[in-house]
Amino acid sequence: MSLMKEPLIPVVGVITDVRIDTPDIKTFRVVTPDGKKAFDHMPGQCAMLSIPGVGEAMFSITSSPTNTEYMEFSIKKCGCVTEWLHQAEVGQQITLRGPYGKNFPVDDAFVGQNLLFVAGGVGLAPLRSVINYCRHYRERYGTIDIVYGSRSKDDLLQYKEIIEEWATDEGVNVHLTIDREQEGWDGHVGFVPNYVKELGFDTNKTAVLCGPPIMIKFTLDGLYSLGFEKTQVYTTLELKMKCAIGKCGRCNVGSKYVCKDGPVFRFDELDELPDEY
Amino acid sequence: MFKCSIDSLDKIFAEISKNATVYLPVDNDDGKAVYTKWENGVKWSNELNTVKSLKDFFFPQVENLMEFKVEGKNIEIKDIRTESEDFVVFGVRACDVRSFDILDRVFLVEPCDSYYANRREHGVIISVACTRPSETCFCNTFGIDATSPNGDITVWKTEDALYWNANTEKGKALLDKLNLDECDDSAVNEQKAKTAEIMKRLPLASLTTENFGGGKTDELFNRPEWKTLSESCLGCGTCTFVCPTCQCYDIKEFNNGNGVIRFRCWDSCMYSDFTKMAHGNNRLSQVERFRQRFMHKLVYYPENNEGIFGCVGCGRCLAKCPISMNIVKVMKTIGGND
Repeated sequence: MSLMKEPLIPVVGVITDVRIDTPDIKTFRVVTPDGKKAFDHMPGQCAMLSIPGVGEAMFSITSSPTNTEYMEFSIKKCGCVTEWLHQAEVGQQITLRGPYGKNFPVDDAFVGQNLLFVAGGVGLAPLRSVINYCRHYRERYGTIDIVYGSRSKDDLLQYKEIIEEWATDEGVNVHLTIDREQEGWDGHVGFVPNYVKELGFDTNKTAVLCGPPIMIKFTLDGLYSLGFEKTQVYTTLELKMKCAIGKCGRCNVGSKYVCKDGPVFRFDELDELPDEY
Repeated sequence: MFKCSIDSLDKIFAEISKNATVYLPVDNDDGKAVYTKWENGVKWSNELNTVKSLKDFFFPQVENLMEFKVEGKNIEIKDIRTESEDFVVFGVRACDVRSFDILDRVFLVEPCDSYYANRREHGVIISVACTRPSETCFCNTFGIDATSPNGDITVWKTEDALYWNANTEKGKALLDKLNLDECDDSAVNEQKAKTAEIMKRLPLASLTTENFGGGKTDELFNRPEWKTLSESCLGCGTCTFVCPTCQCYDIKEFNNGNGVIRFRCWDSCMYSDFTKMAHGNNRLSQVERFRQRFMHKLVYYPENNEGIFGCVGCGRCLAKCPISMNIVKVMKTIGGND
């Protein structure tokens, strides 16, 4: 019998917790029906989640690999699968398969480096996995700066964790910003790219960006003007995916498939690819 | 090498049919060659090639992948895969045989696609050397020798005889069972030489891949000609459906009242929703979609696969495109040897 393990066949997962993060983002905690973590992953890798009859889609795994009990996915309501997930209650079963893609080089290129994370909106979801991994193995890395912004205070993802855990860590500097003035907010106001420039980071850092394309574009310009090199800046891409294993043919940028060669890319690598993402 | 008379072909098919289903090109009511199951009375087509390649046998146009039972909040996943039947496809041309080298490099690399792998394992390909190549043929451009196709077994057809040679273990095992008479290869060599002469005179014989291949993205991606070439493209996807190497697929679901079936079906990079997702579409116009198809076959695929091109020169897209746009025109225009 040659019916080996089939990568397209998922396993069953159970939603054990639903956290309302923002008006349109919820964080789902998922384990297998016998209460275990479905599979191991590295920061930056993704998983395909599906609801039979609704569809399957790729999501970044927002929990850190150092969490051995469960996986978490922070999901913004914006399409069929995500709309359905947002109505799901605790106890709902879904399917999942993975992990997919190349992770951030947390165990090699990042080691010994000062790290600068820049995120906008739901773009914090994939970075949270890296940030918590680096916080867990704190001694391996230098300083950690986190610049995170969103439309309003209510749109900041993982706000509680950021304030209570990240901001209180030694050597971790959190810089939050929101787009417009808001009652009850005495922090920074302004767009992420401008804030990054204002903060004027030293170039002795490795930067990781994730957010809306426009934020990436202007933040990148800002970092370059501060003297950062392309080889110092990473991001994670997202394109339409179906198989997640480099066969269905739709998530390519030039000769690279985002599902298996990415989603993590360094900007000098992206530079070699056509501008089609 | 082994030999049999053409008249004994039915007897041979009958013998193979004892252990495997035999398919071969047969003329349908419209006079088009279509792979059809052999049974007594079914006659091998005289057409050069089939309308669609034999891609379907290994990567069907639609296939069910798995089934889900949904009850309340609970989901049960059912693996509905079954072992493929043993089958033999006879009459496959050199171009189509090569298409499997290309598809294997997609489906059989880790993580291996078990649906495709299973059919590859159970399928035997018997190729037939070309003697009357058509004006749309350009397999030669991709280094394919139409006079000596690969496959598990190669067959050469002369006026009154068929010559058989096994190329793989699978092919040898099958050929051994047929008890054909051994012979030398003089008749085959004579025919090969004759066909090679015809190949040289084909209208597309001088088409070259010279300006294509891995590492050419920068040079070719932003060429202004993509716009004019794609201008009249209807985005119908016919080229991708008749293409023996196009392997893009979609995964979809339907509820049959008893559960949810997740299936896959051929998809086309020429379609406007191919890359459309909730947050946008990275190939918004037909220029981008059209460019993707040809860049994939001529640059991206070879870049990832040791220089092997993703086209076999079968000429189906030349014959079938409703607006007569095709890879040859693209190669001539973009490659600069028009």
